[in-house]
Amino acid sequence: MSKEPVAVVGIGQTRHVAARRDVSIAGLVREAAQRALEDAELTWADVDAVVIGKAPDFFEGVMMPELYLADALGAVGKPMLRVHTAGSVGGSTALVAANLVAARVHGTVLTLAFEKQSESNAMWGLSLPIPFQQPLLAGAGGFFAPHVRAYMRRSGAPDTVGSLVAYKDRRNALRNPYAHLHEHDITLEKVQASPMLWDPIRYSETCPSSDGACAMVLTDRAGAARAPRPVAWMHGGAMRSEPTLFAGKDCVSPQAGKDCAADVYRQAGIADPRREIDAVEMYVPFSWYEPMWLENLGFADEGEGWKLTESGVTELDGDLPVDMSGGVLSTNPIGASGMIRFAEAALQVRGLAGEHQVEGARRVLGHAYGGGSQFFSMWLVGSEPPAS
Amino acid sequence: MTREIAVVAFARTDHRRGADELSEVEMLMPVLHEVLDRTGLKTADIGFTCSGSCDYLAGRAFSFTLALDGVGAWPPISESHVEMDGAWALYEAWTKLLAGDADTALVYSYGKSTPGSVRDVLTRQLDPYYVAPLWPDSVALAALQAQALIDAGDTDEPALAAVAARSRGSRADAAPQGDYVVRPLRTGDCPPVVDGAAAVVLAAGDRARELCERPAWIRGIDHRIEAHALGVRDLTDSPSTRLAAERAGAFRRPVDTAELHAPFSSQEVVLRKALRLDDGVRVNPSGGALAANPVMAAGLVRIGEAAAGIHRGRSDRALAHATSGPCLQQNLVAVLEGDPR
Repeated sequence: MSKEPVAVVGIGQTRHVAARRDVSIAGLVREAAQRALEDAELTWADVDAVVIGKAPDFFEGVMMPELYLADALGAVGKPMLRVHTAGSVGGSTALVAANLVAARVHGTVLTLAFEKQSESNAMWGLSLPIPFQQPLLAGAGGFFAPHVRAYMRRSGAPDTVGSLVAYKDRRNALRNPYAHLHEHDITLEKVQASPMLWDPIRYSETCPSSDGACAMVLTDRAGAARAPRPVAWMHGGAMRSEPTLFAGKDCVSPQAGKDCAADVYRQAGIADPRREIDAVEMYVPFSWYEPMWLENLGFADEGEGWKLTESGVTELDGDLPVDMSGGVLSTNPIGASGMIRFAEAALQVRGLAGEHQVEGARRVLGHAYGGGSQFFSMWLVGSEPPAS
Repeated sequence: MTREIAVVAFARTDHRRGADELSEVEMLMPVLHEVLDRTGLKTADIGFTCSGSCDYLAGRAFSFTLALDGVGAWPPISESHVEMDGAWALYEAWTKLLAGDADTALVYSYGKSTPGSVRDVLTRQLDPYYVAPLWPDSVALAALQAQALIDAGDTDEPALAAVAARSRGSRADAAPQGDYVVRPLRTGDCPPVVDGAAAVVLAAGDRARELCERPAWIRGIDHRIEAHALGVRDLTDSPSTRLAAERAGAFRRPVDTAELHAPFSSQEVVLRKALRLDDGVRVNPSGGALAANPVMAAGLVRIGEAAAGIHRGRSDRALAHATSGPCLQQNLVAVLEGDPR
């Protein structure tokens, strides 16, 4: 029995900011969900099930918040699932929802991911001391900076590559009204002069803390036929996990990321991702992860990713645009960040990305990762229905 | 024709009252090994892995990553996690098998309730603006529900005591019910606070028949959630359980066994009513959550126990139920069957 094709027919996000003090957590998620339903021209009654995701509950201080959010998301009387796979959760949540449609369990599913970082403090929420366990140090930057160092040493990339990524992503964000950071006076010099936080990662090369939610309406072939606007078709999706730390782990280019991408390309019939994929929205919380993931995802050979960045290939008007939305570097409601990547990929192939639209984008990859570079989720969406 | 999917192996800890000397991973590893040994599978043979656990019990963010290290996710595995009882992890794995993405799945869940005060910890899942600041604990909320049942004439204290005694394997007049914890609930009406873990292996079609002599086929599985605010719910009823049971096909034919996740004796009364279980049905031969309630695993244990009854030939058609949230807010129902003998 073949799987039911899955289409994205509605996308909604909040305008991401540092602190949404005007709304509760329920108000925040409902705003994104409402916008996704409006985009799909559907009502709450059209939704068969709700799949919600977010990063650790300590980030807001609410245990299993989906219980409290059931009403706000119109889930009363319906199935509601709560996914948590660390930073990749926004992507994983979309994939769990897509699977409900693919398996023909439900026809139309609302999926949503959020984080309201202003309710708490994510850095210290990540750093609760547990006896006899290795501490994560002060937040994620301290954990990932050595991996970036390892990449620089291994690839011989010039020190400036990270700042180029940040400069590009922050300029892309100026075209995206939903992005958190809108730095109109940004210059490359300013990025390079910003304070060093976790050497080699500077302040302007790291992600902000954001409040935000992102929602998508996923549906089957019949639902897609009724859609009022162009739809995005899912051509492949996969999750892969590997342990946090073990002898032989490649922290720079984890095997789980390679395997996950290979699975997605196999499903989508992609033989040469560099040629066959038009744009990539990837999870880059620290600037240097752009060249690192370009290699991990097969867009460049090992040690060559930084050359794509340096030569302008990943610019919005380049040959392989990366993080058209401004990326995680411009917007980071942690739990939602993965889903924002997936949603941006879908917006691009629907031709609805506005000022950050890549002309003629037909196949776009959405990517998320989390934990200690160990959880990966990706999907490839296209403007045409999948073959078969 | 949809794919046939079955529970082919189940293992649980003996739900020790406290597992002070064990980490969550150390508590989980023996049950993982047990289900894998029982099926002869290795981690690398498993098509999809899904777990359920809660950071608020562990007291740290991303606590599930440590468990994953114990599973041995190398080479990398296809894996997911829900911040829910393991019964919902099983549901996610079921959809993965149904879509044909995998032929086998490993599902596990675990929780250590004893390091903190679980009554207080559970208040953190209530509405964070209007209810959680008042710290109404889980026993107090269940007591409201029990009193509503008594007021409605659905039960009385001796009947609750009988539920508690039966669950703990003793006669009602022999088991001391203890003092009131929160009126009308006594110690015997409340779940013991324990640490525990459970694991299940799912398999599809012929693969299930290879791995298990008598697979427990999942004939239907569904889950539903209700409003969060207790004030807008009729606490003497469980419409979400009834709807999930309908969708799972539970009412098509009678079941011989029901494993109900009722942490409080009064909640069994609600569930029996919603599920229309008569006295002919064996309810909680495992002892249910009143005998052991490892939070985050207790729902998966119900599915596992119902399946194990079928594996052993003691049951032919069983219902398993899992719950989450205050006063049975969210409920899952699965219907399991063995092949005719």
